[in-house]
Amino acid sequence: MPLRLEARAEPSRAMVFAAPVIAIAATLCLGGILFAALGFDPFTALAAFFIEPVSTVYGLSELLLKATPLALIGVGLALGFRGNVWNIGAEGQLIIGAVAGGGMALALYDVSGLWVMPCVLAAGVAGGAAYAAVPALLRTRFHANEILTSLMLNYVATLFLGWLVHGPWRSPEGYNFPESRMFTDSALLPLLVEGTRLHVGVLFAPLAAFATWVIVSRSFLGFQIKVIGMTPAAGSFAGFGPRRVIWFTLMFGGGLAGLAGAMEVAGPIGQLVPIVSPGYGYTAIIAAFLGRLHPFGILLSSLLLALIYLGGDAAQIALAVPFAVTQVFQGMVLFFLLAADVLIRYRVRFDAPRSVAS
Amino acid sequence: MSDAELITLSAILAAMVRAATPLAFAALGELVTERAGVLNLGLEGMMLMGAVAAFGTAHAGWGYAPAIAAGAAAGAAMAALFGLLALTLRANQVACGLALSIFGVGLSAFLGKSLIGSPVTALPALPVPGLAEIPVIGAALFDQDILVYASFLAAPALHWFLFKSRRGLILRAVGENHDAAHAIGYGVLRVRYAAVLFGGAMSGLAGAYLSLAYTPMWVENMSSGRGWIALALVVFATWRPSRAILGAYLFGGVTILQLHAQSWGIGVPSQALAMLPYLATVAVLVLISRDETKIKLNAPACLGKVFHSGR
Repeated sequence: MPLRLEARAEPSRAMVFAAPVIAIAATLCLGGILFAALGFDPFTALAAFFIEPVSTVYGLSELLLKATPLALIGVGLALGFRGNVWNIGAEGQLIIGAVAGGGMALALYDVSGLWVMPCVLAAGVAGGAAYAAVPALLRTRFHANEILTSLMLNYVATLFLGWLVHGPWRSPEGYNFPESRMFTDSALLPLLVEGTRLHVGVLFAPLAAFATWVIVSRSFLGFQIKVIGMTPAAGSFAGFGPRRVIWFTLMFGGGLAGLAGAMEVAGPIGQLVPIVSPGYGYTAIIAAFLGRLHPFGILLSSLLLALIYLGGDAAQIALAVPFAVTQVFQGMVLFFLLAADVLIRYRVRFDAPRSVAS
Repeated sequence: MSDAELITLSAILAAMVRAATPLAFAALGELVTERAGVLNLGLEGMMLMGAVAAFGTAHAGWGYAPAIAAGAAAGAAMAALFGLLALTLRANQVACGLALSIFGVGLSAFLGKSLIGSPVTALPALPVPGLAEIPVIGAALFDQDILVYASFLAAPALHWFLFKSRRGLILRAVGENHDAAHAIGYGVLRVRYAAVLFGGAMSGLAGAYLSLAYTPMWVENMSSGRGWIALALVVFATWRPSRAILGAYLFGGVTILQLHAQSWGIGVPSQALAMLPYLATVAVLVLISRDETKIKLNAPACLGKVFHSGR
């Protein structure tokens, strides 16, 4: 094989930051080629995808609106990934957060007051955390792999929400559409910018990132997470097992996903509907990796992935390509990132191998 | 039992086998991949790509054999992408598998957009003369299409391969201890690539079965979690083909029973019944994982670990 990987003496710090840039550049190149193959001028198409959606104030507000759930979920997931806890169930935790928050909003339908909206959000956090407690319990008590259990619960959550809006929570004045009542103004998040859908909840994203950063870099728990993530055995020798890390990271990630879900239904959607998320829980996994599992990095990567959502919308209208192009681009970014990450620990050499071929 | 009941039972058994077939293909493929020490979580993506490729080929009128081959090839192509990242470039296997699933869901939806709503004729059943008329089990075992028959053969064939053949022994050695296998002189990466590609082709076949036979149409995300259920089946099977096929039929049974329960109109919401396969997966995982040593003893020791040659 002409391509050979030569181990670096120590991981390259520069490459940790360069890899996402390389991945984004490669995605743009391949995206351009893809558009050209579909018969579009690549530059016009890429501009329609990545620039035009954010060339207006409304577009920018939508960018922040979509980046918020990604960032909230992403920072939570990243904390777990650092500790080798693979929560793939954020989509389900988001949905249960939306159900719990929406349930609270419907329960408080007849009352008004400033305290209603915080109750909705708190219910969302509690719902998401409680749902994430299931894989945590199954992992710590029965050693069941949290990747598979948390993922299975995504399907269960979707069906549960579907049952609620088709059945008991269906709006009595909704002409039999599978939707709940519209929430009252007290339950909704106040708008931050008039004329847009941008609500105050967007502020939770930097707040959550900062809180997560404090946990990671300043707390003993954050230290435990990192140790368990690198060498589980070392944790045991030092006197702390993975149990606390599993519980904390899953509940923390679940709570943030639940908050994101409650903010979707108490924000731009304003009621419970069968589908409350365009896959934020899955895209947030990409956001976590692209942001280098660092809370502030994830704020940036969430903006990029939100831009891809907007670009997918725009391309559907302007270029008549299916919205699924969003997932194609998001998947491409992650692939290129994983490929570029090899440069952190290795140098690539294009010559004949010295030792036995691998 | 009355004749009518016997006929219903026979139909339910046949439907169970059909529901189990995609799970059997995907789980058996992943089982081989994992036996070689590689954890590929991208089954859902490979399955969907297999489904869309097979459906597209059949829809273009190229016939069933090329369609099935296209399904397997699409799954293997996705697996090759995984191999490039996880094996050659030594990236984290969990992350690569997740990426493959996310990407496959998106790419299949993108490629299949124009195929939505198009019809194909379902893969025809090939009844075995005489045997297909056996009451109760005849329809399930001998009145099926070619892919179902292939899935019947796959488990014993893989059992023989893994435990009776020399190549199977090498594959398991690579999965148990890649450093030792490398020291003896086996090409660890070559074996792993072969296992990954085989797993991808099997997932592609699972997808082809879905879009050509099980529900002969293309719908976005039509695998609806079967790839993930198949992953759970591999754990449930403690990495043994015979138990994997058993698990697949168990889940086929759950799927068909919940579908029938929906049509019988027992007073349970359809959504609650549709949750059953997913909840059953969780339950089965919990039951099997409860005994930690059992999993540790049976799981390939190098599962998910990166191999560095010349270390």
